[in-house]
Amino acid sequence: MGNVISLDSILGVGELKAPAESTPVESSGCSSSSCGSSDGPADMDPAVWDKVKNHPCYSEEAHHYFARMHVAVAPACNIQCNYCNRKYDCSNESRPGVVSEKLTPDQAIKKILAVAQDIPQLSVIGIAGPGDSLAAGAKNTFATFEHLQKKAPDLKLCLSTNGLALPDNVDRIAQYNIDHVTITINMVDPEVGAQIYPWIFHKHKRWTGLDAAKILHEHQMLGLEMLTARGILVKVNSVMIPGVNDEHLLAVNKAVKARGAFLHNIMPLISDPAHGTHFGLTGQRGPTAQELKVVQDACEGGAKLMRHCRQCRADAVGLLGEDRGDEFTADKIEAMGEIGYDDEARRTYREHVEAERSGRHASKAAAQADVQEAVGSAVDPILIAVATKGGERINEHFGHAKEFQIYEVGPQGAKFVGHRRVDQYCEGGSGDDDTLDTVLSAINDCTAVFVAKIGGCPSKSLESAGIEPVDRFAFEYIEESALAYFKDYAERLGQGSIQARAGQDAVIRTGALTAKRA
Amino acid sequence: MAYKIKSAECTVCGACDAECPNMAISLKKGTYVIDPAKCTECKGQFDSPQCAAVCPADCCVPA
Repeated sequence: MGNVISLDSILGVGELKAPAESTPVESSGCSSSSCGSSDGPADMDPAVWDKVKNHPCYSEEAHHYFARMHVAVAPACNIQCNYCNRKYDCSNESRPGVVSEKLTPDQAIKKILAVAQDIPQLSVIGIAGPGDSLAAGAKNTFATFEHLQKKAPDLKLCLSTNGLALPDNVDRIAQYNIDHVTITINMVDPEVGAQIYPWIFHKHKRWTGLDAAKILHEHQMLGLEMLTARGILVKVNSVMIPGVNDEHLLAVNKAVKARGAFLHNIMPLISDPAHGTHFGLTGQRGPTAQELKVVQDACEGGAKLMRHCRQCRADAVGLLGEDRGDEFTADKIEAMGEIGYDDEARRTYREHVEAERSGRHASKAAAQADVQEAVGSAVDPILIAVATKGGERINEHFGHAKEFQIYEVGPQGAKFVGHRRVDQYCEGGSGDDDTLDTVLSAINDCTAVFVAKIGGCPSKSLESAGIEPVDRFAFEYIEESALAYFKDYAERLGQGSIQARAGQDAVIRTGALTAKRA
Repeated sequence: MAYKIKSAECTVCGACDAECPNMAISLKKGTYVIDPAKCTECKGQFDSPQCAAVCPADCCVPA
């Protein structure tokens, strides 16, 4: 198996080259991508791990390696949410419900084949609207999946829905082998729901108030139960709306866990008057970074939490945190002519990732044992911001980072707890000082920032803000580096040469430009 | 007696097209239109005109 693709060359590292010693693919004779399932977490059923390990939205680890693509074939919706206004579309906006081009199922298939040819990391095709994927009889959604299953069988299928039409469609979802479904569930109490949903359309009627919320709630719970009974993995998305459902999300977490949800993704409300949403126009604010983390932490131990969601557009293309949709507009795809199906590059890439991943679990465990022995449990965990462009490595310039991934590291280990966007607003961001202020406010709760490289001026600004810039782990793996840093940090703390950074909060930036490939 | 779609506010989502019991709604030159000859305002079929009840932009109105 001499055809080794370097992960960093695929990810387009550009001028920053990773060290030459890229992990060779072992020629063990095992070419199936499922034979590495023993690398899955100890508490996960191998069959489930096999389903999620290459799905960027269902596995935090996979999101460092794999890309998803949403095709916007489902513009119609059957409910109104106070955080959504689909009249508005700006190509520089990034949030759910927003797209630039609606596609017919035929156009969608062509686009998928074109993207699959160009992006070997592609593993998942999702339909997430821009309306509800199951509204209007779900005609386009199932037409797309039916064709796709035949044309590109190696791609996983995935859909998102508000759940209202779910009970009517579970059989068809199972029929087309869609093994990942996301339901947006913001409440399990109609009193709370009435503050979020002004109306629903159900059984040829528009329902409002408590009636609407009650019907929606019942369909969501029934749909969730029906899916998990068929072994389909369900992720539950919840929008955290401070003062409306923030505390209530614990009850949501319990209810969905009891019904077998695989993952719970608590996302911050995106709210801006310019979006024309009810919440935006009435001044309903979104949560701060720490408010979000408090609710997520409180739900930990219930249904497994997802924290790496980028709340992407319904036509997003690429790794989470990047959007290459512009490269694949309908016009450009039309100009490409006939596109065939060839899964060679994707298969090679998946084998490469499999090899890269094996061995990581052991090296993480070793680093963690080292910290536990050296530090004990007396030191509070800290947050570290990381500049990365994928592959679980610290491989991005500070100044080039469009987002920072946030890791919490302490005596219990290192884990991914979120991400902060620092890309430019479309209307603002003229000077470098603005950019730096944006970064500082977005990672203000972090003790250190890990980068591949950083200039002298931003270094000084970070230091004076109390955040340590660290470039000595350039191109290393994130978690092992975070643990090594924490060991050193605990030592310095013990000697009194540094102070713990506590009680800081950070700003969650929403509605900004999505990261484009340089 | 018929309904019409205010095209300036229409998002072209097609929700109305899927609900119309009379096949009166179609896509013409990038926007949905209601054929007044076929529209019954859903009288005798449903409690209220289906296009207006489902429209997220509230742009299906009496002509």
